[in-house]
Order: sequence, then C-alpha cells, then structure tokens
Amino acid sequence: MRIELERRTAQSPVIEFLAPLLAIFAAVLIGGALLSAIGKSPQQAFLVYFVEPFSDAWSLQELAVKASPLILIASGLAFCYRANLWNIGAEGQFVIGGLVGGTIAVVTHGMDHALGGYWILPAMLIAGALAGMCYAMIPAFLRFKLGASEILTSLMLVYIAEITLDYFVRGRLRDPKGFNFPQSVPFEDIARLPFLAEGERLHAGILFALAAVFLASFVFRRTLFGFDVKLVGSAPKAARFAGFSEGRLTFAVFAISGAAAGLAGVCEVAGQIGQLQPVISPGYGFSAIIVAFLGRLQPWGILCAGLVLSLTIIGGENAQIAMKVPLDMSRVFQGTLLMCVLAMDVFTRYRLRLIWRRSA
Amino acid sequence: MTAQKDGKPALVSMRGIVKRFGTFTANDHVDLDIRAGEAHALLGENGAGKSTLVKILYGLLEPTGGRIELNGATVSLESPEAARAAGIGMVFQHFSLFENLTVAENIALVLPAGEKIESVAARIEGLTSRYGLKLEPDRPVWTLSAGERQRIEIARCLLQNPKLIILDEPTSVLTPQEADALFSTLNLLRVEGRAILYISHKLEEVRRLCERATVLRAGKVVATCNPREESVRSLAAMMVGTHLVDVRAKPNEAEGPARLSVDGLSLKSEDLHGVSLKDISFAVRGGEVFGIAGIAGNGQDELFSALSGERLARRAGDVHIDGISVGREGINLRRQYGAAFVPEERNGHASAPDFSLSENILLSRHATGEVTRGLSIDVTAAKSIARQIIDSFDVRMSGDDPAARTLSGGNLQKFLVGREVSRKPCVLVLNQPTWGVDAAAAADIRQRLIDLSRQGAAVLVISQDLDELFEIADRMAVIHQGEVSDARLTREVTREEIGLLMAGETARGEGVSHAH
Ligand SMILES: Nc1ncnc2c1ncn2[C@@H]1O[C@H](COP(=O)(O)OP(=O)(O)OP(=O)(O)O)[C@@H](O)[C@H]1O
Ligand SMILES: [Mg+2]
Repeated sequence: MRIELERRTAQSPVIEFLAPLLAIFAAVLIGGALLSAIGKSPQQAFLVYFVEPFSDAWSLQELAVKASPLILIASGLAFCYRANLWNIGAEGQFVIGGLVGGTIAVVTHGMDHALGGYWILPAMLIAGALAGMCYAMIPAFLRFKLGASEILTSLMLVYIAEITLDYFVRGRLRDPKGFNFPQSVPFEDIARLPFLAEGERLHAGILFALAAVFLASFVFRRTLFGFDVKLVGSAPKAARFAGFSEGRLTFAVFAISGAAAGLAGVCEVAGQIGQLQPVISPGYGFSAIIVAFLGRLQPWGILCAGLVLSLTIIGGENAQIAMKVPLDMSRVFQGTLLMCVLAMDVFTRYRLRLIWRRSA
Repeated sequence: MTAQKDGKPALVSMRGIVKRFGTFTANDHVDLDIRAGEAHALLGENGAGKSTLVKILYGLLEPTGGRIELNGATVSLESPEAARAAGIGMVFQHFSLFENLTVAENIALVLPAGEKIESVAARIEGLTSRYGLKLEPDRPVWTLSAGERQRIEIARCLLQNPKLIILDEPTSVLTPQEADALFSTLNLLRVEGRAILYISHKLEEVRRLCERATVLRAGKVVATCNPREESVRSLAAMMVGTHLVDVRAKPNEAEGPARLSVDGLSLKSEDLHGVSLKDISFAVRGGEVFGIAGIAGNGQDELFSALSGERLARRAGDVHIDGISVGREGINLRRQYGAAFVPEERNGHASAPDFSLSENILLSRHATGEVTRGLSIDVTAAKSIARQIIDSFDVRMSGDDPAARTLSGGNLQKFLVGREVSRKPCVLVLNQPTWGVDAAAAADIRQRLIDLSRQGAAVLVISQDLDELFEIADRMAVIHQGEVSDARLTREVTREEIGLLMAGETARGEGVSHAH
C-alpha cells in the first residue's frame, strides 16, 4: 500500500477557516491520549487546562499577560514567514532585547535621575527593540552575503543569546547585595511598565501586542511593503519584475521580526519580571512560531492563536500544581499542536489517497 | 454509441461533459469522439474551455456532469494516474516541472517507482535518436528555455507509451524546425495506431496535422469538421462566430530620434547554461515596430532582462531610454522614464498566479504612482485600471476580480499586454507577445502594438514567430548565440535570409537541414 497526496483543484474557504480549529481539536485528542498513557485523568486535565484559566479575573489577566509577548513576536514573524524567510530565532532576539533594555534599568539604578527619570523606560524599550533588530540582522546578513540557511543560523543564535544573558546576570549585572543569587537588582518603579489598573496584574505590554496586530494588519492590507512581502513569498520572479529588491526585503522583514521580539523581551523584564534573571522566557520565542502558523499568518488570527497558546502555558502550570503533570507535558502539547496545524495545512491543499497495490 | 460512420470504433468518447466553476460554465454538454490512429484537433478562442476539457480527460479536473467511455466502457478517471493507466498521456500548456531537478529526474518522476536514473537516461537517449527530441538528461530544469522544457514534457508523455496523447498548444514555444520535427514524431506515433488530441491556435498547423476537428465556443461544441476541407479563415470564423480582421499596418520608415538604444551591450550569463550577450547594438526609433527574431534559447531572455533592468548592464551607457543612460538603473526607474515591459513567461514572471488581477496591476504600475498614495496602495484605482483593461482588451474570465491563475492562457496574456500598452509607454519591450493567444486576439494585440508605435512610441518585439514579425515589424534583426545582427527593413528581407541568420551563419550548411 502506498499513500499519495493529490493537489486539490479548488480550496474551499470554509475548510481554510476550519483548519486551525480542527488542528486544535486533534491536538487535544492526542494530548488526552498521552495523559492517560502516563496515568493521569484526561477529563480532569481538560478542566485544568482549558476551563480553570477562565474561572476568575486573575487568571483571565494572566492569560492576557502571557499572550502579549506571543502575539507581539508572532506579528513580527508573520512578515518573515509570508516572505518565505524562516526566522526561527525569535527566542534569541527576545532574550537580547530583554538583556539590553534591562541593562539600562540596572545601570541607572539608584542614580539621581535627570528629568525625573522619565526617559528611562522609553530608552529601555527603544534599546530593547533595536537590540533585537540588530541581533536578527545577523542571520539576514549571513543569508544575503553567504547564502547560509537562516533557519540554522537564527536557531543557533538563540543559544548564544541565552548564554550571554546568563553570563552577565552572574557577572557584571548581578545585584551586589543579592546574597550571590544570579539576578540583578530589582528595577525601580520608574523603569517598570505601568500596570493598566492599580493592584492588577495586566501591564502595558499588552498595548504593544495590540498595536502590533493593528499595524501588521494595516501594512499587509494597505501598503506596498506588505504587498511586496506577500509577492516575494508567492512569486519571487514576479517580485523582481515589480522592481522589489530581494536583499532589501530580507533585511526589512528580519529587522521587523527582530524588533518585535526584542520589544517583547524588554516588556517581559520591565513588566512581568522586574529584574534580570538567567532565564527570562519560558520559550515565548518558540511558542510564537506556533502562534504565527495557527493564526495562518493573519494578524487577527495571530491574536486569537496567541490566546490559545497562552492557555496551554497557564494550563500546563496549573496541571503541574494540581495534577503533578510534568511541565514538559505542555511543551509536548505545544509541539503536537504545531504538527497538527501543519498537517491540516497539507490537508487543505491536498487530498490523501491510499493506493492499494495497483500497477501504475 | 461507439460505432462510428466509417466503422472505426471510438477509442475515447466524452459524453455530455459539463464543468462549472462556481456559476461559470466552462464546458457545457460537450461530446467528443476520438478514434484510434487519428489526429483530432480541438479548436476554440481563448477561454472557450479547451484546456478545461482535456484536463477532465486527463483526470486533473472532476467534471460536474457527463461521462467518459474508453473502448465503449464507462471509466472514471479520477486522477492523472488513473488516466495514465488507461493509456492517456498529456503534454501541458503550462509546464509542470521541478526547477531544481534534472531533466532525467523530472522524467523519472512520472515513471513507476524504482526505475534507475541511468536507465531513464538511456531511455531518453532512445527517444532523442528515434524522435529527434533533443534532451540533455543531466541538466537541471531551471537552466532550460521554454522550448527545451516542452521537450521534457513530450518525452515524459511518450515514455508512458500512451494510446491517446493530448497536446495543449505544444508548438507555441517551438521554432518552425522544432515544430516540423514534432509533427514527424506525431505522424510516426499515429502510424503506430495511437490517437492524438491536439489543441493549437495555429490553424495552418492544424490543417497540416489533423483530419478531424471539434470546435468549441463558450464551452459548447459548435462544429465538427475536416480541417483539410476548410480554410484558415473559415476555421477561425467557426471559432469566433464572426470574421477575422487583418492587421492594418502601413509600413513605416520612422526618421525620428532613437527612443530605445543599446550600445555595445555585453553581459555575461548569470548561470552556466545561459547565453551571454555579446556586443549588442541597435536603436529603435519612435514610430516603429522593431522585431528581433531568433530560435528560443539564443539570449532572448537575457536581452529582455538587460533591457528591462531586471539585470543591470555593466555600464550606464549600454542602454538609453529617450537619450537617458539607464544601464545601471533598475526596472522601476526605467518605467518612470516611460518604458514598459512584457516578459515571456506569463505565470510567475509577468504575473503572480495566486494574486487577483487588480493586485497584478500593482506589479508594474506601482512605480509610476498611479496606484499608490505615498506608501499605501490605492485599491480602488488598481481595480478601476484592471476593469478598463478587461473591457478594452476583451479579457474573458469567471468572477469579478479572479486570481490570475484561473484565466485561460490567452486571456491572461491579453490582460498583461493590456496592462503595459494602456500606460501609453514611450518604449515598449515585449518577449513573445502572442504565444498561446488565439488568432483574433493575437491580431488585436498586434494591431495595438502598431497603433502604439504610430502614436510615437518605440516598440521592440522579441519573437520566434516569423509570421508575426513579418506582419508587424518595420525593421528586423536576428539574435543568435547572444549576438544581434544588423537591422534590416522588413520589406527588404526574405524569410530565407532571416531563417539563415536564425540558424547562425557559421552553421549555414547543417543548420537549415531538417532533423529527420
Ligand atoms: N480554476 C478555475 N476557476 C475559475 N475559472 C476557471 C478555472 N479554470 C478555468 N476557468 C475559466 O474557464 C474558462 C475556460 O478556460 P480554459 O483554460 O479551458 O480555456 P482555453 O480554451 O484553454 O483557452 P486558451 O486558448 O486561452 O488556453 C476561462 O474563462 C477561465 O477563466
Ligand atoms: Mg488553454
């Protein structure tokens, strides 16, 4: 027996819309099977994962807080992926953004602030975005100049970024009064992202995520640049005929996705964490890849997908506490989800045919 | 049902075939009989539904209604594989080859799994010697010209040993010599008892090759005839339902200044198998149509991209538009100086297949600010330009603003030529402007090129269709191995002279002797 994929002649828009939902459904089934395989109750896990996070205002805010970096990063990645350029290293750009932005907070800590210090937070945000952008330029440059695969280079740079952060947090950026713990001084309030409401959880980071969605959606639909991105991904020779430069586009989309990831990185340290630590990301940069695809590279889809992924992260944490399910399980679940999304994509475009031994 | 008047049973019968795309009916109760050993032509205007019908026969499209009989028994051809198993092979209008694979690998893909590449190569050699299909098994496809790609498709089909061979516009990219070789191949195959279903807009060819023809108009069969008993005009009249108008062209000896000139352009080919341009000089004056003839793969594509600016020349002075040195300027600046370009490959080069027609307007129009407001796109303007072109060039399609890929080949070409001509450029460069376009539409396109030139534009037509060039060009030159001959007035040269130049003067002896 042999399996063949046959291109569908017509793609139905209904299936295109349903595909991500079916993918989630399939991933939930597979996840449930895995849980019962390790002897946990899938029903209970389902409640913990998908229902409890909606049960109170605090959890709902938590959902938005975790979704923000995912949405912000994925909005940037959509530019790359639409152009058929594969920036896999958003995690690294996130970490570098957090490190550089956070460094400003650490360095200015305890100084007499000119202008009341109101410049510090904007400076952190800008520096973080710029740092992420520059870091993303490395794979763009290597691809453009040497033809190196951006998939590999951007991925490898993630490890370099993580180790660099670790090095500084254990070294020069360590809090001298911190009992030798590998972490920086807590940022001053002036260097923190404000909370949206007094005593609440939700900080201003979500505004950047929403702005990114609006902006990306506008750029894709309305601007020549967005058109160019789509064109290069879809028909590169026609893009050259249209006079768009491939090199310039490569740099531009890497710059955008790097800046978005870098910005998400500072927002994380200046909002959620409030100091620098050896690890500042539970893998947002990688999860955002799933978000981008689950959202079909559409900004509004990404917004929804970001919430879904955020749910799996929170659900994973809850399940660890409530059911002693290992945290890796939620990683496994995310991976399963990505596989299902990609598989669904194939099925929307192709029909699966089983061919029982028959001579060709 | 299958017994025919002259006793020959039908090999394949299509009965009441209907195909709808949404509300649009591309095939409307079509009946078609093909007998073993016959060459059967399928004729019709652009968009008449020819490709759709043969795609159904080859299992690529599922008919909305009707059935197909093979030797009298109803069959379901739900995939190309099923069609091939039933003995139906097809050569496509648009090539479906993998660019990064070699010729042999591309051919091996359609053979049963497990065939060794070496043995495929040997079989290719066999075809080459037997049918004169020149192929180099080890070359990657992306380095090949359209003519060479087509030979792969033909070889692919022949290696399947089919009973019925469908050819969708096989000669639109072939030179006259290559077409002759193809016809002798097809005749050989016919003698072996195989049937041929032949789609072409070149009615002379159809009269030469085919003994039966079915004519489609707007998806319906309107006539069945013996093309040898018809004239080109009467066939064309059956297709369109009206009479054909001739292209009106008073020969013009433009005296004005050169609007497009090339001065000593030399350009090394970007890839190993490409053709380098060698010291090319010519000038196209406002008011004239200038033709460059040549056999495919002699540097036409390279010349086109050097003129368009998709590849930059080495020196600014190599190319002038209205006296301005543009050799080092990109395509958009050249457009801003008033030049326009129509590349040969319409799917994927001149247009983005998955984009709508109005989005395809942006491709060549964004540079001149007609469809943009600052950095943003003026969707309304793009749509209205698309609409004007569709109306004025009579582009037929289904839907309001469909994806370019859903248009029939000829209709897409009309749209793409329209996109450039309607800009009223001062310089227009076209590469194979009418390939795959039906006779009436080709005449229309040619007329517009002449009209544009008479309004003062310099029109350069790169074409391997000598009939076309003799019809519209005021002056002509020949490209051979990257060199362009001196320009001559069309009325002062003969076909034979041009033919010799196309074959290359050094190859004078063997170049013109026909293969086979
Ligand atoms: N996938 C599709 N979706 C919608 N409409 C389609 C599709 N494919 C073809 N059509 C429409 O069906 C009609 C017939 O197309 P077809 O390609 O069969 O024409 P054709 O006779 O081969 O023309 P040509 O000589 O230009 O190649 C066209 O008007 C085309 O726009
Ligand atoms: Mg066709």
